[in-house]
Amino acid sequence: MRHIISILIENEAGALSRVAGLFSARGYNIESLTVAVTEDASLSRMTIVTTGTDRVIEQITKQLNKLIDVVKLLELTDGPHIEREMLLLKVAVTTEESQQQLRRLLEVFEGHLIDHTSVTMTIQLTQTGEQIDSFITALTDYEILETVRSGVSGIARGDKYLKI
Amino acid sequence: MELSGGEILIRCLKDEGVEYLFGYPGGAVLHIYDAIYRQDDVKHILVRHEQAATHAADGYARATGQPGVVIVTSGPGATNAVTGIATAFMDSIPMVVITGQVATANIGSDAFQEVDAVGITRPCVKHNFLVKDLSKLAETVKKAFHVATTGRPGPVVIDVPKDITDPAIKIPYHYPDEIKMRSYQPVLEGDPEQIKRAVDLLLTAKKPMIYTGGGVILGDGSDELRTLVKLLAYPVTTTLMGLGSIPYDDTQFLGMLGMHGTYEANMAMHDCDVLFAVGARFDDRVTGKIAEFCPNAKIIHIDIDPSSISKTITVDIPIVGDVAGVLREMSKILQKGKKEPNKKDLQSWWKVINGWRAVDCMTYDRGTDMIKPQAAVELLHEITAGDAYVTSDVGQHQMWAAQYYGFSKPKRWINSGGLGTMGFGLPAAMGVQLAYPDETVVCVTGEGSIQMCIQELSTCLQYGLPIKIISLNNRYLGMVRQWQEFFYENRYSNSYMESLPDFVKLAESYGHVGMRVERPEELKPMMEKAFAMKDRLVFMDIVTDQAENVYPMIMAGKAHNEMHMSPNCEIPQSPQSPERELS
Repeated sequence: MRHIISILIENEAGALSRVAGLFSARGYNIESLTVAVTEDASLSRMTIVTTGTDRVIEQITKQLNKLIDVVKLLELTDGPHIEREMLLLKVAVTTEESQQQLRRLLEVFEGHLIDHTSVTMTIQLTQTGEQIDSFITALTDYEILETVRSGVSGIARGDKYLKI
Repeated sequence: MELSGGEILIRCLKDEGVEYLFGYPGGAVLHIYDAIYRQDDVKHILVRHEQAATHAADGYARATGQPGVVIVTSGPGATNAVTGIATAFMDSIPMVVITGQVATANIGSDAFQEVDAVGITRPCVKHNFLVKDLSKLAETVKKAFHVATTGRPGPVVIDVPKDITDPAIKIPYHYPDEIKMRSYQPVLEGDPEQIKRAVDLLLTAKKPMIYTGGGVILGDGSDELRTLVKLLAYPVTTTLMGLGSIPYDDTQFLGMLGMHGTYEANMAMHDCDVLFAVGARFDDRVTGKIAEFCPNAKIIHIDIDPSSISKTITVDIPIVGDVAGVLREMSKILQKGKKEPNKKDLQSWWKVINGWRAVDCMTYDRGTDMIKPQAAVELLHEITAGDAYVTSDVGQHQMWAAQYYGFSKPKRWINSGGLGTMGFGLPAAMGVQLAYPDETVVCVTGEGSIQMCIQELSTCLQYGLPIKIISLNNRYLGMVRQWQEFFYENRYSNSYMESLPDFVKLAESYGHVGMRVERPEELKPMMEKAFAMKDRLVFMDIVTDQAENVYPMIMAGKAHNEMHMSPNCEIPQSPQSPERELS
């Protein structure tokens, strides 16, 4: 099963490698990992997407909590939550028709055209990971030149929040 | 008071109450060594290899409960220390290791003797620090000791760049009395509701079993365990790391469990209906085949580390907390409660257990004209009145020491259980002997293991450490040979020790006493002679039976009730639990 784990971690050199090292050392899957500083500059917020059985996920959360730098952890997929991932994608476009078709697709997926040349179109799309997968699948007729995915960021719905 | 970084470091150790600093100098730590030279409070022990510094500090910590402290230089100093750090990590031993580092400006430039010590040690420490700012040094040392010694203990590395210890730069010194870390607050008190539930479940047991581990020793819970065990009158076993928490000759003690555990302990594990795990982590050498581990048991587990709970074996009642405190609470409930164990069921259970005990699984051939390693260990118990501090290396001798010495007190049995580090025994014994100069300290080893840190004989001379080395010399890497006999049709690939040194002369050349014993009848008088030399290190090179194996044995991937017994042991060929007797 796919799980999204959010952690607040001390914003110190090496904190990211402690988390990444934990996953590789213990053989856990890591689908994506995003990290950036929070409004409190001493803390970073990390979102990790991982897969595993319930037992493995339990171990992952325990092992993450055990890291001295981890201040707090929340498993987002335990409750209602919102996830977003940003996609930057560049395709080759040749005909007017293919450009029109891509614009229509962007409308459906609520994406934006952020750069356009005579031969390329660059798209920005902020959606769930699943919708981004669908969008990329829908581009079978296009030559994709580059795919840049940010990895998933997540936040709990309502009055649940990860804060110290 | 203004101090330089080097002086601050040593002053912090003094304020932390550090008695000994085990180490080896080098370029990146020269400023610190100069500070060591200019004080008398913290005594520095110069080892002969950085691995030994970490093992000695580790042995000191295991015997005293106080953190062991190490200092090594950058690069090879740090990498040599890694084996000892990993050893301490696997057995949860509190340790603070200071590694020198190249100057901050040179970090990342592939400078002379530079390694990424924080990166290399990250997977085998509880935590590590790189000090980048002199003003944070004292606070970092405090944090290191705090993290190393609280919760589930473990080694902590502090990497100190050379410029941080520059004698020309001085700042005011302040060592915090205590420290709070928002990201590190270990749970110490067990949940009262869970404790009640655990007691209730324990009292429903018809075939209970108590399985205890190194956590009882580390958490100073032996007294509490003994009290509870007496209140319940249940059978109890310990892991390799838990030996000594219950006296070896206690009638309720079934001996060690696991791969080389006793028949009765393993059979009772397999058949029990309630398993009470205390400070043990369901290690693979203990569980055997996971799918058939305690197949009919409800499991209660106390551990200070939440990640140890339900890691390999799912438990029914987890209790996160300090073992001693939780056990004390359980005894209180039992003492004032009206419920008590079901005497009739317990009686039947003991009857079954005593049937297994009657098998006498530890028996061996005592009538040969070769020295049996088991006999040597039994004799060691006799001569030291079972009261020595016994360190060991890793292999067959380690198992025989665990099986045949007979420990009555906690913190007396000091071995590398988790990592299984050959070379651990002698330096660990140095740490123990320094902590307790008047106690008898023995290193049980083999001719393979002892050569992995043999250079420390020199350290022992320098500091006058009268350790007794009991080397069970079978001219084989015995445990490797045993597995090759069992699983590789006697193809003894590289497990024979050729070109052994003359250990007597070797010991003598290091300034110690050497003895070689070849005949069984010589063993007792020679060992008595060795132990009578109170102020000398004696190296006993004991030539033992080459073909002896460690029994009983649960082969890899087998269950507790599928033990391989010694040829001398007469038991039913397919050992079945006599369950019918019960129902």
